[in-house]
Amino acid sequence: MNIKILGSSCANCKTMYARVEEALRDLAIGATLEKVEDIQRIISYGIMATPGLVIDEKVISQGRVQTVSKLKEILLESNNAHSG
Amino acid sequence: MTQRKLIYLPLVLLPIWVAFYWFLQPGVDSLVDRVLVLPAGSTWTEALRFFLFETPKVLLLLILVVFGVGVVRTYFAPERTRMILGHRSLLAGNTLASMLGIVTPFCSCSAVPFFIGFVEAGVPLGVTFSFLIAAPMINEVAVVLLFGLFGWKTALIYVVTGLTIAIVSGYIIGRLRLERYVQPWVYEVNYATGTVEAPLSWSERIQSGMSAVVEIVGKVWPYLLAGIAVGAGIHGWVPQDFMAGIMGKSSWWSVPLAVAMGIPLYSNAAGIIPIVQVLLEKGASLGTVLAFMMAVIGLSLPETIILRKVLRLPLIFTFVGVVAVGIMIVGYVFNWLF
Repeated sequence: MNIKILGSSCANCKTMYARVEEALRDLAIGATLEKVEDIQRIISYGIMATPGLVIDEKVISQGRVQTVSKLKEILLESNNAHSG
Repeated sequence: MTQRKLIYLPLVLLPIWVAFYWFLQPGVDSLVDRVLVLPAGSTWTEALRFFLFETPKVLLLLILVVFGVGVVRTYFAPERTRMILGHRSLLAGNTLASMLGIVTPFCSCSAVPFFIGFVEAGVPLGVTFSFLIAAPMINEVAVVLLFGLFGWKTALIYVVTGLTIAIVSGYIIGRLRLERYVQPWVYEVNYATGTVEAPLSWSERIQSGMSAVVEIVGKVWPYLLAGIAVGAGIHGWVPQDFMAGIMGKSSWWSVPLAVAMGIPLYSNAAGIIPIVQVLLEKGASLGTVLAFMMAVIGLSLPETIILRKVLRLPLIFTFVGVVAVGIMIVGYVFNWLF
């Protein structure tokens, strides 16, 4: 599974990144986590509000800092879809 | 707690909120007068009373409004705002964009993606600017703090004049036809569309409101305490008309000076409130202080630098110039009215 956090160095984007990291650690799911800070790349995903959450090239959410528990839900779901 | 039960949480918390708000004044009074038995009327007692009453009052207001706005914002996803604004005519578009700027979730770090997203969807340049001006300038924290500390008139004045500046500035930028000063790559970028999120359930909206409270109130409270402490403590020490000479209404240059000082300063709405408190208390006039506050929150150097990626310099200067002039007019009008 490949996870991207889109957003150039704003406070919310850093929080989001840290929370995804935490959720991944708690769930013990193997995934590559990536920060996308280049504005042209961010825009190529069609999002306007940062932080954007992209899992396996699919935009999951934008402009919202999700809670860790919500992120775990999302990650588990995507992980099942990924392996199944 | 299960997700479903979350819906009832506001129903339980709201009466508690009302009770708190209702009994705050008598509660603080009996604490100061009966429990601590402080000498009534002394400067220190009144300063303490002010602090003990104002802090929870403004915090309560902030929690309620931030929660409400957090829930309302779940209905205004950026995608939806963009769809509403696509191909709108000027003026009507400017007005709509300015109002949507208040309710659409926005942080100045996403100014560039917003700009490109709007342009790609056929939102006219002037309408886009109305949005980008209103979104940071009129925010719930600024309005609640102004309401809590200076009364509803000041808060209303701030919202109405802020909206007017956003509408008129966007209209002027639209009429100037400056599209050629947008960086050419903006029109060439391959912008994916159709990332519409699944509709949220009620419990998710309430969750969203609650995390807005945790995030925003968590960030803002130290500034709030500082502002109220300043308001409570300042009475005795600095002469009342200390600022009147520099920022009073008699000096015509105070408004442009306030705007010029405000642009490079960058702060969130809460951070500016202690300063506003000091300035007003010490004889600065309302118009000048309003202009200063708007320049600090609405026009920020970092945002302008970020926008440089999508706008060429003449358009940046026009944007800053038009908004700065708008803010100055507001400052002068209020110095003249009050």
